[in-house]
Amino acid sequence: MMLPLELRAASFRDIIKPLSLQIEAGPSTIILGANGAGKSVLMRLMHGLLAPSSGTIAWRRPGRHAMVFQRPVMLRRSALANVAYALRVAGEDETLAMGALKEVGLAQLADRPARVLSGGEQQRLALARAWALHPEVLFLDEPTANLDPSATREIETIIRAFDAAGTKIVMATHNLGQARRLGDEVIYLHQGRVVERAPVDQFFSRPASAEAAAFIKGELPWVS
Amino acid sequence: MQEFPEILLEGRLWQIVALSLQVSLSAVALATCAGLPLGAALAVGRFRGRDSLIVVLNALMGLPPVVVGLFVYMALSRAGPLGAFGLLFTPAAMVIAQTILILPIIAALSRQAVEDAWREYDEQLRSLGAHGLRAALTVLWDIRFSLLTSVLAGLGRASAEVGAVMIVGGNIEGVTRVMTTAIALETSKGDLPLALGLGLVLMTIVLVLNAAAYLVKEAAQRRYG
Repeated sequence: MMLPLELRAASFRDIIKPLSLQIEAGPSTIILGANGAGKSVLMRLMHGLLAPSSGTIAWRRPGRHAMVFQRPVMLRRSALANVAYALRVAGEDETLAMGALKEVGLAQLADRPARVLSGGEQQRLALARAWALHPEVLFLDEPTANLDPSATREIETIIRAFDAAGTKIVMATHNLGQARRLGDEVIYLHQGRVVERAPVDQFFSRPASAEAAAFIKGELPWVS
Repeated sequence: MQEFPEILLEGRLWQIVALSLQVSLSAVALATCAGLPLGAALAVGRFRGRDSLIVVLNALMGLPPVVVGLFVYMALSRAGPLGAFGLLFTPAAMVIAQTILILPIIAALSRQAVEDAWREYDEQLRSLGAHGLRAALTVLWDIRFSLLTSVLAGLGRASAEVGAVMIVGGNIEGVTRVMTTAIALETSKGDLPLALGLGLVLMTIVLVLNAAAYLVKEAAQRRYG
């Protein structure tokens, strides 16, 4: 078990103020916040794509973690070859690629060039690429921000399957409905600081901070 | 004066065409082998002097062929540092001069292409665990059909230039005479039909090569997205 992931006074320029928190195994963690709150940067720090300006970020043990981006980048080759590439780089058996495509319902599109797939299909392919690697932790950076409602539902179904298979989910989103549907706990980020961390139900019914309350209200203007 | 179509049937014309292609394609092959890795390294690498190197490379795209010819001439002439090889006034000297001429073009244009692609791929590839050389090769392979454009630009320059091959080749009939030097010579001699015929052949070849490259790129786009 590579978790918990521990951030000790980790900062990134002036985007993430020195923050300390632990990401534990188990509950799906939603990183919530407005645009520019620092969600994406925090995800990249945890995934190791960015190095903290100060402080430390450490896993308990080395292990495999994957990330699905808001806009996945596909190689100019077939859907199947994109998954096979990820497996090859990770030193895994490439023949597992087809299984991962089946898992996300893309088996019939295996031979299509990945770049001509629709946005929703590309995001499913990105999830298949992650799935094939069996990560212990899956980071998702607003995976459905560019997708229509039906594609969003498909993606959420797959994320639930990851969760059910025992993968720890850490997802950044500004979609409150999605946070409720997929999350167990919420980390609320405001201007690079963690303002609040609470179980999902509690966060939405009784937000402890004024910032979170305002955000929830602003996002759901019909709730008086 | 000869009739126009007869010129095209002459053996010596096709010999000139063949030598032109041989020289320019060899130069393109050599410049591609050196220029693509150089461009990729400049696009991906972060080292001291990188910015200056990019500026110099971009400036060298406008290198005047006669100047390149002059330098290569001095290097290869009997008294020059490479004089012992006896390459002056041979097709090999022309290949060397054209390689130097188009290497900056291929390197600078491919650097731009790789850098743009790198910006898009970098995070994703690092996330998948592909770093350094492996990531660079992945990007190069992925944009190989875009890189064709920079190679074509090099070929266009090589097949069109006259200054460098004239100086280091000497325009010797049957040995180092290529299309551009022949056109220059025939024009000054007043044999305009031959000059014109050669010009047409030259333009047709360049057109055909570009059309072929375009079709390859289009087919690849459909196939690989």
